[in-house]
Amino acid sequence: MNDTICAIATSQGVGAIAIIRVSGEDSINIVNKLFKGKNLNKVESHTINYGYIIDKNQKIIDEVLVSVMHAPKTFTTENTVEINTHGGIASTNKVLELLLTNGCRLAEPGEFTKRAFLNGRIDLLEAEAVMDMINAKTNTQRELATNQITGKVSNLINDLRDEMIQIISNINVNIDYPEYDDVDIITNDILIPKINNIKEKISKIIKESRNGKIIKDGIKTSIIGRPNVGKSSLLNQLLEEEKAIVTDIAGTTRDIVEGQISLNGIILNIIDTAGIRETEDIIESIGVEKSLKMMEESDLILFVLNNNEPLSDDIKELLSKLKDKNYVVIINKTDLPRKFKLSELPVDKDKIINMSIKNNQGIEELKNKIIQIFNISQIEMSDPTYLSNSRSISILESCLESIKEVEKGLGNNFPIDMIELDLKNIWEKLGTINGTTYEEELLDQMFSRFCLGK
Amino acid sequence: MYEIIIVGAGHAGCEAANAAAKKGHKTLLITSNIKNIADMPCNPHIGGSAKGIVVREIDALGGLMGVVADKTHLQIKMLNSAKGPAVQSLRAQGDKITYPKEMLNQLNKYPNLEIKEGMVEDLIVDNNTVKGIILEDGTKIHSQIVILTTGTYLKADILVGNTRTRKGPHGEQPSNYLSDNLKKYGFKIIRLKTGTPQRLDRKTIDFSKTKIEPGDSEYHTFSFDLEPCYNIEDQEPCYLTYTNAKTHQIIRDNLNKSSMYGALDDIEGIGPRYCPSIEDKVVRFADKEKHQLFLEPESRYYDDIYLQGFSTSMPPEVQEQMVHSLAGLENAKILKYGYAIEYDAIYPTQLNASLETKILNNLYTAGQINGTSGYEEAACQGLMAGINASLKLEKKDPLILKRSDAYIGVLIDDLITKGIRDPYRLLTSRAEFRLLLRSDNADLRLRHYGYDVGMINDNQLNNLKTKEKAISELKKYMQKTKLKITPKIKEQFDLHSFQVPNSSLSLEQLIKRPEITMEFLSNLIDIPFSEEIKEQVSINLKYEGYINKSIKEAEKMLKLEKKQIPNDIDYDKITNIASEARQKLKEVRPKTIAQAIRISGVNPSDISILSVYLKKEYSKDE
Repeated sequence: MNDTICAIATSQGVGAIAIIRVSGEDSINIVNKLFKGKNLNKVESHTINYGYIIDKNQKIIDEVLVSVMHAPKTFTTENTVEINTHGGIASTNKVLELLLTNGCRLAEPGEFTKRAFLNGRIDLLEAEAVMDMINAKTNTQRELATNQITGKVSNLINDLRDEMIQIISNINVNIDYPEYDDVDIITNDILIPKINNIKEKISKIIKESRNGKIIKDGIKTSIIGRPNVGKSSLLNQLLEEEKAIVTDIAGTTRDIVEGQISLNGIILNIIDTAGIRETEDIIESIGVEKSLKMMEESDLILFVLNNNEPLSDDIKELLSKLKDKNYVVIINKTDLPRKFKLSELPVDKDKIINMSIKNNQGIEELKNKIIQIFNISQIEMSDPTYLSNSRSISILESCLESIKEVEKGLGNNFPIDMIELDLKNIWEKLGTINGTTYEEELLDQMFSRFCLGK
Repeated sequence: MYEIIIVGAGHAGCEAANAAAKKGHKTLLITSNIKNIADMPCNPHIGGSAKGIVVREIDALGGLMGVVADKTHLQIKMLNSAKGPAVQSLRAQGDKITYPKEMLNQLNKYPNLEIKEGMVEDLIVDNNTVKGIILEDGTKIHSQIVILTTGTYLKADILVGNTRTRKGPHGEQPSNYLSDNLKKYGFKIIRLKTGTPQRLDRKTIDFSKTKIEPGDSEYHTFSFDLEPCYNIEDQEPCYLTYTNAKTHQIIRDNLNKSSMYGALDDIEGIGPRYCPSIEDKVVRFADKEKHQLFLEPESRYYDDIYLQGFSTSMPPEVQEQMVHSLAGLENAKILKYGYAIEYDAIYPTQLNASLETKILNNLYTAGQINGTSGYEEAACQGLMAGINASLKLEKKDPLILKRSDAYIGVLIDDLITKGIRDPYRLLTSRAEFRLLLRSDNADLRLRHYGYDVGMINDNQLNNLKTKEKAISELKKYMQKTKLKITPKIKEQFDLHSFQVPNSSLSLEQLIKRPEITMEFLSNLIDIPFSEEIKEQVSINLKYEGYINKSIKEAEKMLKLEKKQIPNDIDYDKITNIASEARQKLKEVRPKTIAQAIRISGVNPSDISILSVYLKKEYSKDE
């Protein structure tokens, strides 16, 4: 049997209330030992009970509301108690401590979700969605996470699998019952448009999922440029403009996020470019190689140039590497005379912006440019029903690769029963996205859709 | 005292007897009626999709089914010949008179094999170990090993209309107590059901109203050791006819008279999904205007025609009407009515991969008693049970075929790992490595195993080695021989509107082009190898990409297959495993992680928890 775990379920920090969740067979017993009020062992399931948490000396720690929920109709399917504390971080921590000394174990991150998943309460996709929900930062993110829980994404994947299983089962019937003349024979010609259709659908989910990933993780943005070109002023202005929080907290990635701003609901994570606030020449100090690596890891590069400074060879080399990335080249200090030719810049002229950061000029244009590059207005408008975690997206991408194999096979006129092997492989991979693979699915299809037998 | 006793002389029993006897063991084959040895109580085919490959596998392992079918069939065909090499499969129309006769001839060659009549009703069991059998009159016969191949004869009931009669397929007496006794020893017994259609008098059928279905105009054999022993022109045809609106009306009007649709209310048996009765077809596929029916001869020596596709449990008077509504059968005389049959079987997760039961030592089971359906499925299990029982006597490891070795491996693994819902039939779609499990390479896959366990003789092995050598020689030949593009050769390419190579390419490069066949190349340049060798090399080169993908997948599985799960594992000690998975793991007790993955209801998360547990608990032993 699982041991009983507990954790503060609301985010750490100062809030009006905090919730401590306790899950496991003994959860009601343990909380009851600390509770002054009704006997929690006797109250009905799914009730909220008013009382106090007391320590072993009967001293009141906090005034609380305790929700008691009996297995199996709980998130983890185990007995669950939720304690709403009122007294801020200190007393919440004290309550947690009491739980720990009375037989609970501190939950590992995500352990409630893991139990819900292991106990069959939620499927894999939903489990991932719950984890995302916990981390949701903006409203759009929350919506995305909610959609996943309600199974909208599962439905999308299931529809796709349904479509495929129809084709696959038909091909299998053709193989196993070759003499049945009333079953449609799937030929390469019939297959091609069907495959195109599936390919389009998968591509669409991937594309929307990438947007979903942007919604979830934000856009990893780096500001690159020589010293004194105005990098820190740009950062400050972006942040000030959006009244965003400047923090040193670790973001969703390993990078230190220098600051976050929200652009139409999409988070721009501006990462620390090895001392962006220092006046040191970052390109000289960390070298071209490392700058390149940083550019490689970013979703968006804001490359700042000084209008009043000739282009060095290093800068030219770095600029030439931008073309496969999302970037904006910012020519700052346009109030001073230009000391290079625009034609010297090996970049897309459409992605160059003139700014005078000091004079607050061009910041709107920059924001619009970013919105345009990431199609943010469209992301906002589209129905956020896509997959938002990298695992699922990479599975879909590998499905798309397999579709290309299928197309190659069809192009080479390979026998359909060989092409079916790739189709089945794709179908199985899709199943791993929401963790539902049912062994007999194919056979059920074959025998329910086709009339076969002796 | 016998070394091995085999109970039941159907397709499983005969193969088991052949294996045990061939391996030199003192064997008794006991059957309730010697007349019914290797009987085909249902359809007359041997082979078919996937099953034909199994017959080749049986032959590759030294079994009898292929040889006996080759010597006696009425016609033979390669199914799916227009499709890829992986799904091609032979099917023969067997002869219900000569097939059993020839089988008996083969078995009679063994002086160490005795064949006896008797009804087995119990086992001699001592300390969870089987020591022999007990007949209905109480006679005890001792042996070291018992193999049960009882087919549908455990508590068999014939169902026709509203009647249930305790008897076997030919009205034979079934075994009334054996399955109860098995239950007593701890076996979980299930009830299954199947059915068979009418037999009609050939002389009363108007074949002009049907479509003729002849055998192939090319020679085929199941066996790797035999030359064809028939004439293409002498093959007996089958015929095709259809149901019609009138037939469907008769069925709908009389539905409540069918055993399966209410005439009998005590049916427990689960029927096969892939073998629905005609009632099922008409009800479930109501929008279909007609259903295909095949008229198949059962023998050269009598007039029964098998009406494939018309299996039913309607009462006789309704069957008369139904049959007479069919084109060509207006005046057909029904020699034998269709019926359904219910019988007991043991739930197959109670077996080890060797087909020895987990419940009783030295007891093996094979065929329909394990919940399968079909002659080929039965035969291959009988063969494996016979081989493995012998190996156990010889104190050797059992022969366990992997899913990437043979359809036989797929079948046994499915049975013991996944259990069954309805009578199990092999299907191409069950074999994930079907590209490796082809009809054409069954000998290359399995003969070495057959030799190692003493089922294949030196002569057969030498033939195989010669073939293997020729294949590798032709591969080299294809690599190094270049086709010079002379004007004459160019002409041939143009003639077929094939793209003419820019420079001289090797034969290997050429055969990899989708449109180019070995036959085309053989017309341009001398390729001094037999057709059989050319076929092998052509398949291997042409489909190299797909085959390599399958090999890689198979290797991945084999790695997991190497991760053993100790026999003494206590699944209750593993916390966090989902309860359904725990129950399934306790039931199946998989031997390897790969097998555990295949159990339905065991999820990837359970597997990772199991793997972590194994590492933690058993790493000291590694």
